[in-house]
Amino acid sequence: MDRTVLLIEDEPNIIEAIGFILSRDGWRVATHSNGVDAVGAIETRKPDLVILDVMLPGRSGFDILRDLRAGAGTADLPVLMLTARGQAQDREMAAALGASRFMAKPFSNAEVLEAANALVRP
Amino acid sequence: MPGSGLIGSRIRERRTMVAMRQADLARKVGISASYLNLIEHNRRRIGGKLLLDIAAVLGVEPVHLSEGAEAALVATLREASAAQPTAGAEVETADEFAGRFPGWARLVADQNARIGRLEQAVEALTDRLAHDPHLAASLHEVLSTVTAIHSSASILVETREIEPEWRDRFHRNIHEDSARLAEGAQRLVDELDAGQRREVTLNSPQDEVDAFLDAAGHSFPALEAGGRPEEVLAEVDFGTTAARALARDRVGRIATDAARLPLERLAEALDALPEDAAGREGPDPTVLAEHLGVSPGLVMRRLVALPDDLQDRLLPAAPGLVIADASGTLLYRREAAGFSLPRYGAACPLWPLFAAFTRPMFPIRQRLRLAGRSEGTFLTHAVAEPDQALRADADPGLRAHMLIWPADHDEEEPPRVGVTCRICPRETCASRREPSIMARGA
Repeated sequence: MDRTVLLIEDEPNIIEAIGFILSRDGWRVATHSNGVDAVGAIETRKPDLVILDVMLPGRSGFDILRDLRAGAGTADLPVLMLTARGQAQDREMAAALGASRFMAKPFSNAEVLEAANALVRP
Repeated sequence: MPGSGLIGSRIRERRTMVAMRQADLARKVGISASYLNLIEHNRRRIGGKLLLDIAAVLGVEPVHLSEGAEAALVATLREASAAQPTAGAEVETADEFAGRFPGWARLVADQNARIGRLEQAVEALTDRLAHDPHLAASLHEVLSTVTAIHSSASILVETREIEPEWRDRFHRNIHEDSARLAEGAQRLVDELDAGQRREVTLNSPQDEVDAFLDAAGHSFPALEAGGRPEEVLAEVDFGTTAARALARDRVGRIATDAARLPLERLAEALDALPEDAAGREGPDPTVLAEHLGVSPGLVMRRLVALPDDLQDRLLPAAPGLVIADASGTLLYRREAAGFSLPRYGAACPLWPLFAAFTRPMFPIRQRLRLAGRSEGTFLTHAVAEPDQALRADADPGLRAHMLIWPADHDEEEPPRVGVTCRICPRETCASRREPSIMARGA
């Protein structure tokens, strides 16, 4: 069984690069690039892992995470948060809302792979 | 350690340094020259008021005379060592160090003071990063682009046997992103350069007063209880008299509003709203105003003055409020979550706040979407009302109010407005007055 990941991010070139390295690593990758209906996309696709950018068009990643943690089916879903503002307050906010892991841009491909594989074991 | 017996020597040393004659100093503090002479030769004890007087005439701190500059230096050395315990400075030998190497000791003390000042400056700059939306937007852009380039470049280097189509695609992405990065980096440099000039506005009286109001949550229990503005301002330390005068005006207005519409009456009116009106959307200030027999502007100003507990109980969310005068200058600002207000420069001309000026006293209710990364939806109520009593041939001092409620996303697409042109991503906007620093919207 392939592990599935849903990458929710709005920078097309980041989507392409992260999507590429994850699929080379054996993940099945789906992408989504706006915040408004991200929760719906997660509920429909039921991925093993969600990689979620904080700054999304339409809706903040924090709001999406809050909904996920409140939802019955997604309360324990591994969520890796990405942000381009490595500020302590973003990190605290992510932790308080129940993010499984937090990563500040710029990150390396190896870090993303390591985090993804640590959150969902092959 | 210099003992108290050497006070006289220090007085003499200091007096010689400022080139004052013994007789002159003696006369100024009301003692005889011969008595001062005895003191200076440590043959008479001195303390109390006489010491304070002599210190004042010589222009030094009394402690400088009673304990010596060395004591102050030793204290600073101890402070420096406490600030950096890992260095392992031998605290117990601080006075020996200051005594044997006074020059080096002063260097350490001065550097300690300098580090303190630099740390404060860094803190102010960090604060700027958190509160300057222009700088934050530029930085975000640069970091995202760097991430994309970094990731694509690593793939090209690290992936063995990459298909030519993929290789070409990543090459193209890097090329595009590097152009974006060059542009973004230039904007960031411009922003940082502009920071120098902006220091002035950062500390402007308006900023200082805004910070004061934000810290108080725009709510002053003393004023609600009928207290005078002076009571609220007595304990506050403003940097400039202009800021104090401005704060006096703002707080005075809050006090007047509080007297005209006490919080209990507003709370009753909110409680009395029909279920659907008080539901998930923020209440309509014109409905409340009619019910209370006051102007909608007053209701808006009072809604943002509700203390947290009442806000939590009676309102669906904390509202934002901006008030502008006829020049478009924002006089009062309170942010609603997700609707940031421009800190520098003017706001977006598409705000209903400004439309309100075209028909004074005509309330506007408009739902809108805020262009930007979060694209939040908001319900706004705007109205322009006279600030002055109406008199023939006198300017009524119109002030436009715009109350901002965070709202749910709607099926219909509400008009999209920005915060301010510089950070607005709207690509085609007939009202744009300056280019955006957002790379893709530029």
